Amino acid sequence: MPWPLLVPALAGLAFLVLPLAGLLVRAPWATLPGRLAEPRVLEALRLSLVTATIATAVCLLLGVPLAWLLARTTLPGRRLLRALVTVPLVLPPVVGGVALLLVLGRRGLAGQWLYDAFGVSLPFTTTGVVVAEAFVAMPFLVIAVEGALRAADQRYEEAAATLGASRWTVFRRVTLPMVAPGVVAGAVLCWARALGEFGATITFAGNFPGRTQTMPLAVYLALETDPDAAIVLSLVLLAVSVIVLAGLRDRWVGAT
Amino acid sequence: MLRRLSLAAVLVSVLSLAACGSSSPDTAAPASSGAGKSLTVFAAASLTETFTELGRRFESTHSGTKVTFNFGSSATLAQQITQGAPADVFAAASPATMKTVTDAGLAPAPTVFVRNTLQIAVPEDNPAKVGSLKDLTDPKVKVALCAEQVPCGAAATKALDAAGLTVTPVTLEQDVKATLTKIRLGEVDAALVYRTDVIASGGKVKGIDFPEAAQAVNDYPIAALAKAPAPDPAKEFVDLVLSQQGRDVLTKAGFQAP
Repeated sequence: MPWPLLVPALAGLAFLVLPLAGLLVRAPWATLPGRLAEPRVLEALRLSLVTATIATAVCLLLGVPLAWLLARTTLPGRRLLRALVTVPLVLPPVVGGVALLLVLGRRGLAGQWLYDAFGVSLPFTTTGVVVAEAFVAMPFLVIAVEGALRAADQRYEEAAATLGASRWTVFRRVTLPMVAPGVVAGAVLCWARALGEFGATITFAGNFPGRTQTMPLAVYLALETDPDAAIVLSLVLLAVSVIVLAGLRDRWVGAT
Repeated sequence: MLRRLSLAAVLVSVLSLAACGSSSPDTAAPASSGAGKSLTVFAAASLTETFTELGRRFESTHSGTKVTFNFGSSATLAQQITQGAPADVFAAASPATMKTVTDAGLAPAPTVFVRNTLQIAVPEDNPAKVGSLKDLTDPKVKVALCAEQVPCGAAATKALDAAGLTVTPVTLEQDVKATLTKIRLGEVDAALVYRTDVIASGGKVKGIDFPEAAQAVNDYPIAALAKAPAPDPAKEFVDLVLSQQGRDVLTKAGFQAP
């Protein structure tokens, strides 16, 4: 292996892995089992997994068609649209949370109407957590799927179309299977981002155990008084996400 | 970032302070020349407006010294200091959070400089018609409290316990300014925050006094830190806060003398 690649590669790996090692070294191993059994930990973990999964489902439902729109159509202003899609990536998540409050809050532009007409108020609910996570995570999915669509060979789609398939059939039977690895990779990224979401969630959905307190929020508040508890929570979150991501990768993406 | 929202309020209070600031001559801070020095002050979120003003005054009497603030929840700041953050002065919103730093041997002599009491904060139009602490127990009233891990949350718990009331909040916020923001945006009907934060909001939020607040008075300790990179300006800044001039700025903002 050429050393100009090997040295920075190892440095990069160390940079990413060392903080994890720090958590492992400082973890209060002796009291770990007792801390893990605390109902609050399990509650936060359950909430994190459920909301991140639902948020990913929402992102798939909305994001895949959006990626198709960006990759396969010649809408005017498509370039601007693509830039707008990536806004949540650039926006500090706390600002994203404030923006969501201003639009979907009880006194927000759309939220006011939702509240008056249906009595629905999204902030401080588990649905609010899903909304915040989906807002922050969706760009990851859209970008991944759009990339896959652009890389896919369009001649298969054209061939299907010449054989009489409708555009919807082409999308379902040809395009989607072709870009499936890209969709899965995007969904995995999206899920991981949603699982770690903090700023938009605490701003938009607030923090209440069992309802909106996800693992990252629990970690942040534990850090205020009990750093050991924060380390334990972080390790749990890390372990679960690594297991899920590694499992998915081998199964779906076919990485070696 | 949320604090940006209170910028207007800060400006209003700073302007009003500047207008009457000339009446009290600088008594505390001796003008020492220290060109290019910097002073880092870690202070509780509830001190944002007053300490920003005091920092400006400190800079004007200590030409060349730049005062930098790190405002946040006292508990977070205490953790940062014990983890080795390069702070010169720590002003906490509770003795408990200061104790973390004192126990680590980093704050030799904390002094209580002000006290703060809680108020019920409601949006200007008070949509849920909240008038007393008991109204917060109504399940239809959406209440935001600070998380128990931070001083304003601990004080809220103490006050509610003293009143024998159980409140189920919709959210437990990470610091008092975040709690206030939820009121400001009208997303909750009531919150328990410090009286000073209500005043700092410049009329956007209404404060309601309640008798049980007397059971949950927060003492604010301040200390020049043992490992301060700038020990002399640190002591001088603490002196300024403890001086008559400092007290004037603080009491004007709604704090009480200890």
